[in-house]
Amino acid sequence: MSEFSVVGRRLPKVNSWAHLTGTAKYADDIALPRMLYARLLRSPHAHARVRSIDTSAAERHPGVVAVVTGRDMPEKMGIMPSTQDETALAVDRVRYVGEAVAGIAATSEDAAFEALSLIRVDYEPLEPILTIEEALEREDVKIHDEAARANVFKEVHLSFGDLDAGFASADHLRDDWYFFEGNTHAAIESHSAVASYDGDGKLTLWTSTQVPHYLHRELEKVLGIPRTRIRVIATPNGGAFGGKSDPFAHEFAASLLSMRTKRPVKLTLDREEVFYAHRGRHPVKMRLRAGVKKDGEFTAAHLQTWLDGGAYASYGIATTYYTGALLTVTYRIPAYKFDGVRVYTNKPPCGPKRGHGTTQPRWAFECTVDKIASDLGLDPLEYRRYILQPPNSRTVNGLRITTMGLGECLDAVGRATGFSRTHRKLARGKGIGIAGSAYISGAGLPIYWNAMPHSGAVVKIDRGGGVTVYCGTSEIGQGSDQMLATVTAEALGVLPEDVHVVSGDTSLAPVDLGSYSSRVTFMAGNATMEAACKLRDQLLSVAAEALAVPVERMTAALRRVYDSAEPAKGMSFVEAANLAEARYGTLSAAGSYTPPKGIGGDYKGAGVGPTPAYSYQAAVAEVTVDLDTGVLTVDRVVTAHDCGRALSPVNVEGQIEGSAYMGYGEISGEEQVFRGGLHKKPSLLEYKIPTSLDTPKLEAIIVETVDAEGPFGGKEAGEGPLNPVIPAIANAVFDAIGVRFDETPITADKVLDALGKRDNRGVPKDRIGPSGLAEPKRDPGGAKRRLGFSTEAREQRISRVTGVETATGATGPGPEPGEPGSGSR
Amino acid sequence: MTERGDGVEGMPDPVTKQLTTLRVNGETHTVAAEPHHTLLEVLREELGLTGTKHGCELGECGACTVLVDGVPLLSCLTLPAQVRGMEVTTVEGLADGPRLHPLQTAFAEEGAAQCGYCTPGMLMAAKALLDANPQPTLEDMQQAIAGNLCRCTGYTAIYEAIAKAASGGGAGAQPLRRTGAGRASASHT
Repeated sequence: MSEFSVVGRRLPKVNSWAHLTGTAKYADDIALPRMLYARLLRSPHAHARVRSIDTSAAERHPGVVAVVTGRDMPEKMGIMPSTQDETALAVDRVRYVGEAVAGIAATSEDAAFEALSLIRVDYEPLEPILTIEEALEREDVKIHDEAARANVFKEVHLSFGDLDAGFASADHLRDDWYFFEGNTHAAIESHSAVASYDGDGKLTLWTSTQVPHYLHRELEKVLGIPRTRIRVIATPNGGAFGGKSDPFAHEFAASLLSMRTKRPVKLTLDREEVFYAHRGRHPVKMRLRAGVKKDGEFTAAHLQTWLDGGAYASYGIATTYYTGALLTVTYRIPAYKFDGVRVYTNKPPCGPKRGHGTTQPRWAFECTVDKIASDLGLDPLEYRRYILQPPNSRTVNGLRITTMGLGECLDAVGRATGFSRTHRKLARGKGIGIAGSAYISGAGLPIYWNAMPHSGAVVKIDRGGGVTVYCGTSEIGQGSDQMLATVTAEALGVLPEDVHVVSGDTSLAPVDLGSYSSRVTFMAGNATMEAACKLRDQLLSVAAEALAVPVERMTAALRRVYDSAEPAKGMSFVEAANLAEARYGTLSAAGSYTPPKGIGGDYKGAGVGPTPAYSYQAAVAEVTVDLDTGVLTVDRVVTAHDCGRALSPVNVEGQIEGSAYMGYGEISGEEQVFRGGLHKKPSLLEYKIPTSLDTPKLEAIIVETVDAEGPFGGKEAGEGPLNPVIPAIANAVFDAIGVRFDETPITADKVLDALGKRDNRGVPKDRIGPSGLAEPKRDPGGAKRRLGFSTEAREQRISRVTGVETATGATGPGPEPGEPGSGSR
Repeated sequence: MTERGDGVEGMPDPVTKQLTTLRVNGETHTVAAEPHHTLLEVLREELGLTGTKHGCELGECGACTVLVDGVPLLSCLTLPAQVRGMEVTTVEGLADGPRLHPLQTAFAEEGAAQCGYCTPGMLMAAKALLDANPQPTLEDMQQAIAGNLCRCTGYTAIYEAIAKAASGGGAGAQPLRRTGAGRASASHT
């Protein structure tokens, strides 16, 4: 019998019933009396100065109640306090197609939409910077005037151990370039917010956000009203994956429009706007040099990354560090150097997507590890097992490792697939590949410097035995409400269904920093456990006294408090709770969690990478490559994940499978790509996320290492399992056709190119990928021509973004190609 | 905005709301709605049936799937006038009074709803499948939900739930996952 009564059981989630009966209230499901509907006007230019905005005609449009522009909220904001470079709406410059410039509230969504076309923005188009290389070079075009060098947002250089000696002592060297294409979250729920500014001068914002606390702070700053008068309620997120963890234009615009009109305002993005809101996976170019001994033991590694950040900072400073920080936690690396550069470009800002900044270098690194195994004739599974970083150790960059289940994960996926028997033995076109990875159970530091806890929880017991847990976590589908209920129920000896969860509300719940960096189970779980255990102690002590049993022998489970030596001797949970309330007064307790000190290094930049516990994972992928069409089919992905202890196994399996699914999508075709600043595929028909017919057979294996510091031994499960899937598939493709794909995604045209079948020259290739940074295009004349570029297709695209019905049709002839400033009629 | 820049303004043609009578979840409702508003909008905004979701309003994601005379249909591409006299079933009409539909129970038990946003549409597509084919194979299930995008689950738990809800456990209820090495454990303390 398990030592637990709730933890580890396959129970339905506490919020399942609302989801399954259609009663869950997502932000767009909220309707309030006298509510107005708002829409945003968005820039059709990738880069332009805003000379003026005339909203008078829009204001006169029937149904329009209020219009706001950037000048109404000029305060700089952004998720990271040290790099706040955004405004709620563009003030005097737009930096990407789709950037919001104005908002309209009207009595109907139709009226708001119609009125958008009546706002007159006088733009002076500027040359856009669209590639990493241009951004690095072009001093003459600055997306942000503050950038010290060209369009470099952030540059970091870290070095650990003796790199030169490491490379000098290597028997074998590798030097590989990689490019990971950007992609986006594509949660099925588009972003939505409802703001209500009441007669008492208080603003309530219901919004689909992962970070109610951080948003609370930014609302205060931008709206200029104290936080005491703002309440943020994170509604259930219809998927997020990192895409709802920045403060967004629509949240500020809805709030200000509500303050101006004293009426509730709803603002929901349409699908195309979501593609431009983005904040997704950074495109990253990488160069990875590795030195190993004859047996494959690493002597040194040097990683360089160039991140295409898009127009604003977002979490970019953390993303930049994350591309380097976690490379060391899986395998022994005695000397390590990391150089990272993130640049601004005139594209939607990139930010965190599941695996934040670690996914791209992990893919590159696991491909390099596979190449080394291949070079040295080693089994890729056995080789990884041989070089494992040990548990309870420190990495060369100072990261503290506690439980470490990568070896068990590798073994598990190897056993489940017979990897070592099949690898390199399949027919051409069939392949099997393996990879390992790691992730954090929450960042060791908050995004704004403070000494307060990262998570707080309050647990209260009512006289009928009902338990309520209050915690600022945001339920984004990952199961955080179920985690809170599970931990509370286990600690108090009730069932999850007895627990009411109040989460994501800045007025009702203590601060939790948010549902990002896979921090909730570890941090909010520990805070909740501390709170619940205080009440448990009170229940056990009064029950022990009433039953005349030593308190050490008392326990609580399944709605009873009883003598563990003689289980028949006991009382109901309600009786114990009533006795405890009579003795101690109202039964309520708070708990909090702060990560321990000393889990990282003490150098500048050491703040990114440390976590109270790393999760580990491994995946094996089986693929078929069609040698005639180039189509890659992933037949099966088996992923094993070390989550410490599975508090809710159904949830953990769901996170593993969902991560594998998302990783499959990233390598098989998803790409957030642009033409002249316009998104090439801003719809779910064009940006293809895998359907049921595309998705491989997914198998999840839970590996438990029982982390001493985690709640009941638990670690994260939400992000790490994505990371090994992408390199496992790339390595399987190599096994199938002998081609290294050092670039994502692996599309049919690239496969045909590699097979020498894309054109009639017919030269097969042994790799597809970059061989360095490309020469920047230096053709200002061409750029000007591009600016004036105007076709019907482009105008239609613009109209879909901006809500203008036709750009050229309404005003007669369109601008001539080569006519700069054509947007400022 | 400036791309238009003509400042043309004034009253658009007034849109007169029209009365439409709909049968939804066994009830008859007469609503006044703009004739260009979709069935999705009328269900959500006029009837307060917000269980039906929208992910794109362009027929791409399947979140708005409802049943019309038992056939799954994208309510974002359907006008109320097209379903006059027909029976519309939404997620709110899936349970039989207080008794949940077996699909709802199975989805909960198997963790087939993570964020829950695709779930109402997914449930309606699955119901149409089981009503027509009580013993679906895995391929049948994959085909039946191919128009319903789920970004959370990788579909595995959804197949398990549909198979579980199928009468007799479903002929297609071959084990889909958790067939690997099961749980491994290690001690690093």
